[in-house]
Amino acid sequence: MNGIHDMGGMDGFGPVERDEAQFHAEWEKRAFALANLALVRAGANVDEFRHAIERIPPARYLASSYYERWMIAIETLLVEKGILDRAAIDRIAQSSGVVEPAPCIPAEYKPRSRSLRARLAAGDMVRARVIDPMGHTRLVGYARGRSGVILADRGVYVFPDTNAHRAGENRQHVYSVEFRARELFGDRASPRDRVVIDLWEDYLEPDSRDAPGRRVSARAARAQRAKSAARKRGARR
Amino acid sequence: MSDDTIGKEGHDHDATEHGPAARIKALEQLLSEKGIVDAAALDKIIERYEHLVGPRNGARVVARAWTDPAFRKRLFADAVAACAELGISGPEGGHLVAVENTPRVHNLVVCTLCSCYPWPVLGLPPAWYKSFAYRSRAVSDPRGVMREFGLEIPESVEVRVWDSSAEQRYIVIPERPPNTEHLSEEELAALVTRDSMIGVATIAPPSKKSPRSRER
Repeated sequence: MNGIHDMGGMDGFGPVERDEAQFHAEWEKRAFALANLALVRAGANVDEFRHAIERIPPARYLASSYYERWMIAIETLLVEKGILDRAAIDRIAQSSGVVEPAPCIPAEYKPRSRSLRARLAAGDMVRARVIDPMGHTRLVGYARGRSGVILADRGVYVFPDTNAHRAGENRQHVYSVEFRARELFGDRASPRDRVVIDLWEDYLEPDSRDAPGRRVSARAARAQRAKSAARKRGARR
Repeated sequence: MSDDTIGKEGHDHDATEHGPAARIKALEQLLSEKGIVDAAALDKIIERYEHLVGPRNGARVVARAWTDPAFRKRLFADAVAACAELGISGPEGGHLVAVENTPRVHNLVVCTLCSCYPWPVLGLPPAWYKSFAYRSRAVSDPRGVMREFGLEIPESVEVRVWDSSAEQRYIVIPERPPNTEHLSEEELAALVTRDSMIGVATIAPPSKKSPRSRER
């Protein structure tokens, strides 16, 4: 979902305030421990938990402290799973239901590959697809439609877009993709700088603008040289 | 909630402490009654992350990488296995990747979508790492963000930002400061700050150490 949580590249939050605290109150520690213990024992996966945080209405998300958002997500999942009753929580806490989360809408997912074989490789030029699922996704908004180069294949991982909705693990390769900062943020970025984003294979397509000599970092160029050397070795065989 | 509270991301405890505190207590009570959690197990988790796991683990990894070239090589090839050699492992560290600062490349780590952070080597993140300002600007204005931490990266150096959007977790291996040839691995580890392993700081030589950066 295109939620407020997807804040990479947003302006207006001001300078970083140097708040070093890990916790600000005792209840925050309990919230941290409950998320780690209760959600696992209640059978909720980490993608469901992240999505429950994202489903907090934007104004409330911004107005809540970090562990308040965790608290809301814990309660949302436990109530939705039928483990706890909101009225019982309200009664004991002597407050009314904390928040009405956005509904959990799974993506209409059509796997692009059922094989665990990597279809992409380090050195490949790729483009992040333009997708706007109503459900959970880890494809950040600021990279959609942008072109980069694969630095590394990180192996096979559960696909969060479906796992968050308990609609299958759809395991697939994850790649670290390097983008020029200017490809993402235009002239305000330094021409030298890069942003590396970890992206599942279904988020990516080969970049049709793939052209030799397009400027990449030294590290990406190494990945490309290794790829072309491997290809030559393969051809000789 | 007042606008002031919103500006501080809800850290106005006098106004909001009662609500979430009472609600978390209610959740714990109901979950305990159902046998899903118990206070002792929760205490154990808190104890682990408050006192046992923290950036001293990461500092040991960095100091070993500075002093043992073979370890350094293994660390960049497979950080999970290399950390396990030092007895360091655990949740949120199963897919650790170490990235290397050099005279030409400076690395910075963020999680724009939530708060992903390498727990086994750095512990739990400080509030600023989870703040909206850091999450939003670390990708689009990394040099500006680092300047707010007192770190100026020359234009001739490439800044490489790692957005932890999947299950990989990143630790920056900062450059070893000059004039430290005489120090032991343990003394070197004492120089390594948490901020330098996130990328918002570099490490000053021991003669110029600032008390503030030592703490972080």
